[in-house]
Formats: sequence, C-alpha cells, structure tokens
Amino acid sequence: MERLSVLKTYKLYIGGAFPRTESGRYYELKNGKGENIANVCLASRKDFRNAVVAARKASGGWSERSHFNRSQILYRIAEMMETRRAQFIEELISQGISKSKAEVEVDLSVDRLVYYAGWCDKYTQVLSSVNPVSSPHFNFSTVEPMGVISVISDVKNGLLDLVSVVAPIIAGGNTVVVLAAEQYPLSAITFAEVLNSSDVPGGVVNILTGKRSELLKHMASHMDVNAIAYSGTSGEERKLIEIESVENLKRSCYIDENWNDKGAQGLKFIEMFQEVKTTWHPIENIGGATSSY
Amino acid sequence: MVNKTLSGVSDFTSLRIPIDKVGVEERVERFQKRSIKNGSKLEGLKLILNMIDLTTLEGKDTPSKVKQMCYKAQHLHDVHAGLPTVAAVCVYPNFVKLAKESLKGSNVKVASVATAFPSGQAPLSIKLEDTKLALDSGADEIDMVISRGKFLSGDYNFVYDEIAAIKEVCGEARLKVILETGELVTLDNVRLASDIAMYAGADFIKTSTGKISPAATMQVTYVMLTAIRDFMYKTGVQVGMKPAGGISNSKLALQYMVMLYETLGPDWMSNEWFRFGASSLANDVLMQIVKQETGRYQSADYFSID
Repeated sequence: MERLSVLKTYKLYIGGAFPRTESGRYYELKNGKGENIANVCLASRKDFRNAVVAARKASGGWSERSHFNRSQILYRIAEMMETRRAQFIEELISQGISKSKAEVEVDLSVDRLVYYAGWCDKYTQVLSSVNPVSSPHFNFSTVEPMGVISVISDVKNGLLDLVSVVAPIIAGGNTVVVLAAEQYPLSAITFAEVLNSSDVPGGVVNILTGKRSELLKHMASHMDVNAIAYSGTSGEERKLIEIESVENLKRSCYIDENWNDKGAQGLKFIEMFQEVKTTWHPIENIGGATSSY
Repeated sequence: MVNKTLSGVSDFTSLRIPIDKVGVEERVERFQKRSIKNGSKLEGLKLILNMIDLTTLEGKDTPSKVKQMCYKAQHLHDVHAGLPTVAAVCVYPNFVKLAKESLKGSNVKVASVATAFPSGQAPLSIKLEDTKLALDSGADEIDMVISRGKFLSGDYNFVYDEIAAIKEVCGEARLKVILETGELVTLDNVRLASDIAMYAGADFIKTSTGKISPAATMQVTYVMLTAIRDFMYKTGVQVGMKPAGGISNSKLALQYMVMLYETLGPDWMSNEWFRFGASSLANDVLMQIVKQETGRYQSADYFSID
C-alpha cells in the first residue's frame, strides 16, 4: 500500500510559538513548473501587531543578557542549522534554486551566524569611546540596542538574506519582526524552527510570511518599532517608509548588499541598529591640574 | 436575621444552583467570536475607559504614587480631546483621604478596599473598624472581601452576617463584595457566593482581589452575571458587577462588554452598574482609541506611566 504523504504546514513564528495567521488567509506557493508546493500563511497587519507586542516583551530580557551569553546563543543557532543542512538545501531546491547555489547559500548562512556570534561580546568595546572635553568631566559614549526592529527581507536569496540581516541585529541586543521574502517563505519558517530549538528566547525573532504590499505601511508606521531595515530597491517603497516612519522618528536603514559575497558582513551592520549614549561624569579638577579618574 | 431577608429561605444550601461548566465555556466562546465594527469599537472603548476603577493595591504604595494615579484618573491622555475620565480610583484605606483631596472637583469616585483586604482573616470588629476608617476618610465605595475559609467550610450564615454587618456600616456608600473566585474552586460555589452576597445587600459583586491567580475570567464573570440576572427577576433589585484582575487588554475588555450586553442588557451598560478593576487596562484602551482614529499602531512610550 502506498504511504499517505505527510506535508508540513508552514505557519508564522510569533513570540516563540507557531500560530496560524489570525486572518485565516493563505497563498499558494508554486515551484518553477507551476506546481503547488505549499500553502503559506498570508499574515495580516494584526499578526504584525501581535509580533511587535511579543518583540517588545522580549526586548528587555534579551538586551540585558550578558553579551557572552548572546554569543553562545548565536553560535547555538549555527550549530542547529548545520545539523539541518540537508533539509535547508532540499527546501531551497524545491523553491527553485539550483543545488550548487543552495549548498553555498546554506554554508554561508551558517558561517555568518558564527561570525556574528564572535562579535557579540566585542562590538561595545570597539564602538564605545572616551571623549576629550574641555570641562572637568569624564565623558564617555557607549552603544545600546535600539529596541524593536522591523525587517523587510530581501528577495534575492531564500535564506541567506534573512540570516545576514537578522544576525547582526540580534547580536546587538535588539529584537526583530521579519517579513520573509514572498517567494521564499519556506526557508524562513524552517529557520524559525531552528531558532525555536536554539535557546533563543521566544519573541526575540518573529517571522511573518505574507505580502509586502499589505504590511510595509504598518511596519514603517508602528509607533512601537524603533527602526526599520529595508532590503530592496523600490523607490516607491522607500518613499513610503520615509513618510510613515517620521511620526516616531524611526530610524530607516536601507541595506542593499550582495550577501553571496563572503565579505558582506561586518561591524557596520551591528552599529546600524545601536543608539549611542553619552555620559558626562563630573570629576575633580583642582587648580588647573590635569584631570584624573 | 437570615430568615427575614431571605423571605423564607432558612438554609443557604437550598439556594445552591448547579452550574453547567461545559455550557458556560461554550457560551463564553461565542462572546469571543462576535465581530465588532469600527464605530461600535470606538464607542465601546470609550465606555470601557469610563468603567475602569484605576487601582493600586501594593505594599509599596506611597502618597506620591496615589497622587500620580489620581492625576491620571482625571487626565488620561490630554493630547486627545473628548476622552472620558475613569469611574473611580481604588486604594487602601490609608490613602483614601489623600485620594479624596487629589480628586476634589472631579466626578471620579474614591473606592477603598476594607475588611482586612486581601485575606479577610481578621475578626469582625477589626473589619468594621477598617471599613469605618475608610468611610470617615471620605470613601464613596467600599470593596470588601468575604471570608473564603468560612464559606468553604460551609458556614454560609457567617459569611452572610458579615456582609450584612459591613453593609449596615456603609450607609450611603456603595458596597462591592469580593468573592475571590480563584479560591472558591468550583463554579457552583461562585454562584452560591454571589447569591449570598446579593441577599446580604451587596450593591456590586466583584470577582477577585487581584492577589490570587486565576483572577477574573470570562467564565466566572458569566456565572456571576447570570446570578445578577436571576436576582433581578426574583427581587427586582439591580446589582452591579465588577470583574477585577487580569483584564489588561482592550480586546478582552470588549469581549466582556459583549457578554454584559448579551446577558444583562442596556440597563447595565454604564459605570453605575459595571466596573473593571484594573491597573494597566486604561493605557491599552487609550492606545487602541488613538489607533482607531489615526490608523497607526501605538507605543507605550507615548502614554503616561501606570
């Protein structure tokens, strides 16, 4: 007797759980031959709202984790991804990517996670400074995570784009709500499964699948989102982001990188989502003596 | 005393009405599935704001905290015109005087918990003193707790007499009776405690102190609402309802409003007969109101601190 096929249901990833979209909608994902390979959740603005609530809730705890612990967790994500290497490759192929490209993409994704795991407990030292000021103050600047970031994933690759943007953001202590690329939602949700089994606290990364045209406005306008990372080139969409993000002075970051390039990584992607805090600490300075602290 | 008020009912066990738990759950599920259109939602949210008893009942309460809350009660979100105030603030008896002064000239009432809140483990004389202190300081409303231990051991007369005694002291002040449903174990008990409280003279029945989990749930509130309905049919006396604790978002509060409307009808749809006991609900409702009017999801950063 032939076995009954068991198909995976691809759901959203919000607050460490895998809910279906509250709207009950879905879209059909086709492969190159026009065959239906999966029904994917079509997230609504309410799903986005719920995801922001989850991200905000997780923000305090995640930003207060020791940086070394964040490093361990990012490395753990890489470990879990490596064990699922075959599955990721197979899934990328099912979404129309060639085998050789898929292999490179998965390996690069894992490497990128390892790279940013290394940065977790180092970036503050590099980005912070002691500043010379002409008054009796010890003046120093440190970086702090911005908070909740909404991420609009690129559409060039299925997995690598997502990992390359999300890894530096969470390495820097932020939490994210990601809208996966419309044509590559499967790898994004499988990546969520990896996150879910990698000691990443629920709510730190939230992943939605759906239409950019529906969600972009809300991702840019939500008052409780501190920055928006947009990977894409549409002038119209950038304009919309600029207009909608003004109300709460949301930082808008446009990222246009060729992630397949091995060098497309670095401190700047962490710095992009950090806020600088400068402290003026009074010190003793008597009779023109040089300051000491 | 018991026999008189209950007009012939000499034994509370005869009041016991069994509750169909599965039926209650199914009914409540229905309330959660109603579609509420934008216009009604906005009106509903404003009504909810107006029904809130803004509450602080912490060991760490300070005069400044109470003052700040009283200010908030009158100025929920001043940048937005046309918002109602909350119904009342709810504090410990120690802070009633301060709250009363802070709210001078406004319609916001001062409710005070009393009777050895939250446990209720004190002799009647102390509970009466506690209540008098609150009333002498100017409380408009008293939130008392019932003796759950006595109730669970079947001493219903004791519970009844205690409520009646407090009611007598209250005079004009309205009395809310907290059943602390999280400790009553079964829905049958919730129904019986509601009936005892109403027969003893409660103006409001209230679910919880907020100190015990679970606090207010829709299931428990539904059982209490039906008790109020039956009491109204039987005696013609209208009693109010106050779910308290655990209601912290607008969506849930709107579902309570649906339940209230479909169970008791329009006569109860005002803060004279229905209240929410909550500390963080107000901000969430405000955020939803601003969202409804601007189309933009809001952040707690732009609203007052709870």
